[in-house]
Amino acid sequence: MGEWMTVTDPHLSSESKNICQYTSETKMSPSSLYSQQVLCSSIPLSKNVHSFFSAFCTEENIEQSISYLDQEQLETSRREMIGLQERDRQLQCKNRNLHQLLKNEKDEVQKLQNIIASRATQYNHDMKRKEREYNKLKERLHQLVMNKKDKKIAMEVLNYVGRADGKRGSWRTGKTEARNEDEMYKILLNDYEYRQKQILMENAELKKVLQQMKKEMISLLSPQKQKPRERADDSTGTVISDAEEDAGELSRESMWDLSCETVREQLTNSIRKQWRILKSHVEKLDNQVSKVHLEGFNDEDVISRQDHEQETEKLELEIQQCKEMIKTQQQLLQQQLATACDDDTTSLLRDCYLLEEKERLKEEWSLFKEQKKNFEKERRSFTEAAIRLGLERKAFEEERASWLKQQFLNMTTFDHQNSENVKLFSAFSGSSDRDSLTVHSRPRQKKPHGVSNGSPVCASKLTKSLPASPSTSDFCHTRSCASEHSSISVLNITPEETKPNQVGGEGASQKWSMASGPGSQEGCYSGCSLTHTNSHVEKDDLP
Amino acid sequence: MNFSEVFKLSSLLCKFSPDGRYLASCVQYRLVIRDVNTLQVLQLYTCLDQIQHVEWSADSLFILCAMYKRGLVQVWSLEQPEWHCRIDEGSAGLVASCWSPDGRHILNTTEFHLRITVWSLCTKSVSYIKYPKACQQGISFTRDGRYLALAERRDCKDHVSVFVCSDWQLLRHFDTETQDLAGIEWAPNGCVLAVWDTCLEYKVLLYSLDGRLLSAYCAYEWSLGVKSVAWSPSSQFLAVGSYDGKVRTEQRARGRQGPSADRGLTHRFSPQVRILNHVTWKMITEFGHPATVTNPKIVVYKEAEKNPRLALGRLAFPPPRATAGAASNTESKYEIASAPVSLQTLKPIADRANPKVGIGALAFSPDNYFLATRNGDFQVLSLCWHFSGDSLALLSKDHFCLCFLEPEERVGTAFGRPGDHT
Repeated sequence: MGEWMTVTDPHLSSESKNICQYTSETKMSPSSLYSQQVLCSSIPLSKNVHSFFSAFCTEENIEQSISYLDQEQLETSRREMIGLQERDRQLQCKNRNLHQLLKNEKDEVQKLQNIIASRATQYNHDMKRKEREYNKLKERLHQLVMNKKDKKIAMEVLNYVGRADGKRGSWRTGKTEARNEDEMYKILLNDYEYRQKQILMENAELKKVLQQMKKEMISLLSPQKQKPRERADDSTGTVISDAEEDAGELSRESMWDLSCETVREQLTNSIRKQWRILKSHVEKLDNQVSKVHLEGFNDEDVISRQDHEQETEKLELEIQQCKEMIKTQQQLLQQQLATACDDDTTSLLRDCYLLEEKERLKEEWSLFKEQKKNFEKERRSFTEAAIRLGLERKAFEEERASWLKQQFLNMTTFDHQNSENVKLFSAFSGSSDRDSLTVHSRPRQKKPHGVSNGSPVCASKLTKSLPASPSTSDFCHTRSCASEHSSISVLNITPEETKPNQVGGEGASQKWSMASGPGSQEGCYSGCSLTHTNSHVEKDDLP
Repeated sequence: MNFSEVFKLSSLLCKFSPDGRYLASCVQYRLVIRDVNTLQVLQLYTCLDQIQHVEWSADSLFILCAMYKRGLVQVWSLEQPEWHCRIDEGSAGLVASCWSPDGRHILNTTEFHLRITVWSLCTKSVSYIKYPKACQQGISFTRDGRYLALAERRDCKDHVSVFVCSDWQLLRHFDTETQDLAGIEWAPNGCVLAVWDTCLEYKVLLYSLDGRLLSAYCAYEWSLGVKSVAWSPSSQFLAVGSYDGKVRTEQRARGRQGPSADRGLTHRFSPQVRILNHVTWKMITEFGHPATVTNPKIVVYKEAEKNPRLALGRLAFPPPRATAGAASNTESKYEIASAPVSLQTLKPIADRANPKVGIGALAFSPDNYFLATRNGDFQVLSLCWHFSGDSLALLSKDHFCLCFLEPEERVGTAFGRPGDHT
């Protein structure tokens, strides 16, 4: 205000300056700000003022006009002030009224509550009185009922039932009382222990979670320390020391891992510390961002807002483009699927879809074939083993037969004829023995009828008929012939024949149907071929 | 789902046996036992008077029929049809009768709740328990059948007695800090007993098995208090359903009477279910039942019929496949109502006792995931969960319906926030 006083040059063109000068001299009651506002508002009107002044204010009555203007402004401002004051007063009045109402309501509520309380006590008192009367009545009634010794009050039962748990009832004694108490406390203790266990488990898990959180927080904060910061505050120093401290604490905690007070406190304190550091760090970052925004500082670590916005716009554009591309691709795909009615293309498509399948199937087929070959090899080996086993058994049986024969011979007396017969018999019995044995008889090619292929039942039957008599030997002979035939017939079996049991018997089927199909056929063949040769030989031998 | 033929029944007395093999139903004074699979009549017993109460013993071997008017209880055996037992209370009268958990004792409450007589089917012994309290739920057995808690009233004070069921010896006797005890219930683990006061005072007390007071909980004063209480199957939570009335006064137009005119009292009820946890016995959460559902995450299923009826109360499931009741002709289906949904609530008549507001029924699902509540006077009489926790049966007077969750909706959060499906 002081500087305006110095302007006294009457030749100044701007009237407003004069006004300023004069208004600065007149000490108006509203604040200077207010006057300045008035000034400001009047300055845009300066043109109008000018013209107005030119009409209204001349050199002569300049003082008059100025005073007149001043008065107008004063009036308006005064009027406004009065209006506002009035409003203020009214509002305060209303406020007081509301407060009063609120107090009234509160008082009423309190009164009602007191009424309720007093009524409640009255009711309680009445209720007690009535209840005492009622109890008296009940006692009286009880006495009457008990005194009457009503014969009718009884239980009638056909027979008493056993207890649910099968035990006998026990008398009520002091011991049972103690036992009941014990049981009750046991139940309570079990419950408490169970709950404590649950709580301990929960605690352990929560502790683990907290420790993990702490570790993660430390790792979050530590990489920040490495970046050189010009605005490094003191707190970074504390951060480093804190992190080191915490690392040490970590190891300590894991070492103890007990739920003692100190460990718990340590854990919670360190978590709180870390959290505080993290919070301050985040706040710092926020401040930096805002500072950058204000100062326009282009630090390489901090991206200015504009750049950030540009980036986001670019990304959004990219997203839009991608979306559109996806849409168009989807449409094309649908078109493809819809309009794939062209035969060639569909067949091609189908083929190419199936090509992969075909390749795979081929692979699997080759795999299968390999496996089949392996299986057959195994089967052949098995059958050979079986054959060998059979032969061994045959040999064993032969030995046994010979031994028995020896015994028999020793026991009875035979002349030479008989011995011959016996020989024959033995031959036959031997053959029968051999008949009884199964395939493959290379060591016995000399002997007649080494083999009875595929007729173990036949074999069993023949072994049964071992106490050899000539009739049996004949029987054997015929049997062997039959077996011979059977061998031939077996040879003629076609691969599909899985039950070469014309030889007769379950045994055959047992033996051979297990190895059905070509395998069996082969086994059959192997055995059969040999028998064939044998039989040929034998044929020659037989009379 | 298919339905069998309709059988006669009187007084809604129809119970499955605990082992699930038999179905007992009453027609006047006859008791009919049917096989569950074929519904063929296996046994037919004739009692001496009209039957008011039927109860199976826990091992399904016996069934009792109580005839309150004659003061008689008759017990029948399933194994031996010719076995019979009759208990006559004579002039003492009979008000209630129930089995003990071992299935070999019968507890008869005489008229005026003078005493409880414990009759034994194994021995000739009879026990008497004096001063039982006449309240909503005065007797509670532990789940394993070891202990019996009985509410008593002596000298105008409430007491609780704990008996050992094996020999009916008194184990503990302690008084409770209630004004007028309304009910007691054991926790499923048998170690904590919840005791709650009359609805004039909101008070829930928790006692340990040995009679120590563990905690007392009171949500608010003066308004109507606890209406229903339910333990969660794991004994971890206790759900308390209340009336939660808020009293407001409104001024009627002051006419010539001036300021001393009567102020009208309107009650605005917003019933809540409060859940207490078993560690601190403090409230951990509460579920409100607002009159209008505005949260878009809540799914509301509304029963739609030809004559639009009341919307269903708060449940936790999606619509049933079976239509309600084959017997009735009205079919209804459930459609999802769009938010905001206003659940129709009746304004209770202020000057009547026992207003039909508040949480009347609570049922936890067996797997602790869900809590079903019934608010107000919705026509659902009982809520029964399937043991697998997958479905809930709602029974009303004439109908029942089944609610079950589709497999993909069974998200495993504790309580599944019954706020998520309404």
